[in-house]
Amino acid sequence: MKKLVPYIILIFLFIWHSMLFAQQRFPRPEFESGYTYPTNQLLNQRGPMWEYFDVAVLISALIVTTWLALKKRSRQGLIWMSVFSLAYFGFYRQGCICSVGSVQNVALALFNDGYAIPLSALLFFIIPLLFALAYGRVFCAGVCPLGAIQELTGFKPVKLPKTVEIILASVPFIYLALAVLFASTNSQFIICRYDPFIGIFRLDATYTLIIFGALLLLAGIFVNRPYCRYLCPYGVLLNVFSRYAGKHLTITPAECTNCRLCEETCPYDAIIPSDTDQNREEPEKSRKHFILYFLLIPVFAVSGAYILYSLAPSLAGVDSAVRLAREIRLEKETGIESLSKAVVAFKESGKTEIELFAEEEIIISRFRKASPWAGMFLGISLGIGMISLTIRSKRNEYKPHQGRCFSCGRCFKYCPIKVQTQNEA
Amino acid sequence: MIEGTNKYQSRRDFVRRAGKLIVAVPLVIIPVALAKKTSAAGYVWQIDPFKCTQCGQCKTNCVLTPSASKCIHAFRMCGYCDLCGGYLRQGVKTISTGAENQLCPTGAITRKFVEEPYFEYTFNEDLCDGCAKCVKGCADFGNGSLYMQIRHDRCVNCNQCSIARTCPSNAIIRVPVNEEYILKDKR
Repeated sequence: MKKLVPYIILIFLFIWHSMLFAQQRFPRPEFESGYTYPTNQLLNQRGPMWEYFDVAVLISALIVTTWLALKKRSRQGLIWMSVFSLAYFGFYRQGCICSVGSVQNVALALFNDGYAIPLSALLFFIIPLLFALAYGRVFCAGVCPLGAIQELTGFKPVKLPKTVEIILASVPFIYLALAVLFASTNSQFIICRYDPFIGIFRLDATYTLIIFGALLLLAGIFVNRPYCRYLCPYGVLLNVFSRYAGKHLTITPAECTNCRLCEETCPYDAIIPSDTDQNREEPEKSRKHFILYFLLIPVFAVSGAYILYSLAPSLAGVDSAVRLAREIRLEKETGIESLSKAVVAFKESGKTEIELFAEEEIIISRFRKASPWAGMFLGISLGIGMISLTIRSKRNEYKPHQGRCFSCGRCFKYCPIKVQTQNEA
Repeated sequence: MIEGTNKYQSRRDFVRRAGKLIVAVPLVIIPVALAKKTSAAGYVWQIDPFKCTQCGQCKTNCVLTPSASKCIHAFRMCGYCDLCGGYLRQGVKTISTGAENQLCPTGAITRKFVEEPYFEYTFNEDLCDGCAKCVKGCADFGNGSLYMQIRHDRCVNCNQCSIARTCPSNAIIRVPVNEEYILKDKR
């Protein structure tokens, strides 16, 4: 019997605890007046079927945009397409779901077991890339709501100096690497967090985000599409895929006469001129550069991996658990009680510090494992970017740079060559 | 090299085709890798009411104003108290429906006499701004029958819920669309 006493106490404590947990301080009243409990009106969301309607809209919008850009060659049509996408994906669907953010869902699903990616998100990720591989960046031209709002507000294009352009154009690579890193470690979706135009779509956001979006739009009047060119992480993927596009938009409907009328028309610096009358680097020299940069790629990759590996602990700071653990440690070191909501909630939760620090270790080690890959990606991208500077092809026509061209169709009207269709003739 | 023996026109052509193949591979691999990890329905955000610490950040951090997170009353848990910690300010002199006595800053709670000594408290969802003051009051002094929950019909279902990011108790979780609301009282 004596042996049983501790167990009896334990069972008693369990019951006591469960009573405390239920917070049932006051018993449920026994009504005599025939009172019935009211029910809460809890409405559900619009059904999941609508997500597939969005996918259908995406596909049809892509098809129409492709037709307008490649076949019809109508800038006016592309503008109307932008208006539609801005209205539907932007203002009606309020910017969610979008292909730009879906990169993170894919990264999260690939590296985390607990998360199953919604099929619509996967389709939003894949379909624009497929179109880019076939027809270039038609998604940017008239389907992406973020691109559309900037396309419609770019009134007075100004060209940036080449160096500034190159430096700014490398930012999306870093943004993509970090976004995938943070999403795959299940820390944060930074693309969604810093989406500059979502506040405009919803007409409601924190004031810092509204200011950021408004500034980008203001800048976009002169430096067209600043988000697409200098930030958009999905644009990096589209850029790469579009370079290998099977059929891409052309400036001229027929054969280029090198009249140079289109030369200055592209606000995105995406028209590569014909080089019939241009000075070229000696082939011997560029071959040497090519070999040098080619051999440098592994060096860049390794050093990129090393840099991001050593940055892993500080990168892990985006995770809320890591931040909390650091706050608690700081509190213990300084002896000053932390009053942040996270720390207060942690103390209420009854989790021990040992558990928290163990969790922090796990998260940091995940970052250690993942961040070298991000660094390697950045290093290889840099290497390939440098190699592409040394390659020069012979061109006797003006054509769009398939990576940078947004298929906006601004250059169409500057081409003096018009092909008359049979109906018109 | 004799012309015509190679199916590629030039080295450049070969590089182009190889590049195209290399970028196309991930487009095949990713759907295959995710084939088992794809759900036809999506997710919605919900608050786990048992984890919630009533910090009040739902009101300020939601991308919507007013927040999509609002108070729900679990009537079957309620004690129908006269002195309600969720309805009355702490230390009120008289227990009445006077505005000066109410805890709710927007007056979203209605108090109605049922029978001696019980009072029913109902919510006007349109007025509730999700400040969680009543929830805190009820959790501290009552049965905890008031709790916060994200309303599906209001929530715009951001990819990254901005309340979830800052929720100090990690109470906001992704829930499959076809599951019901997470309720405190199972009906």
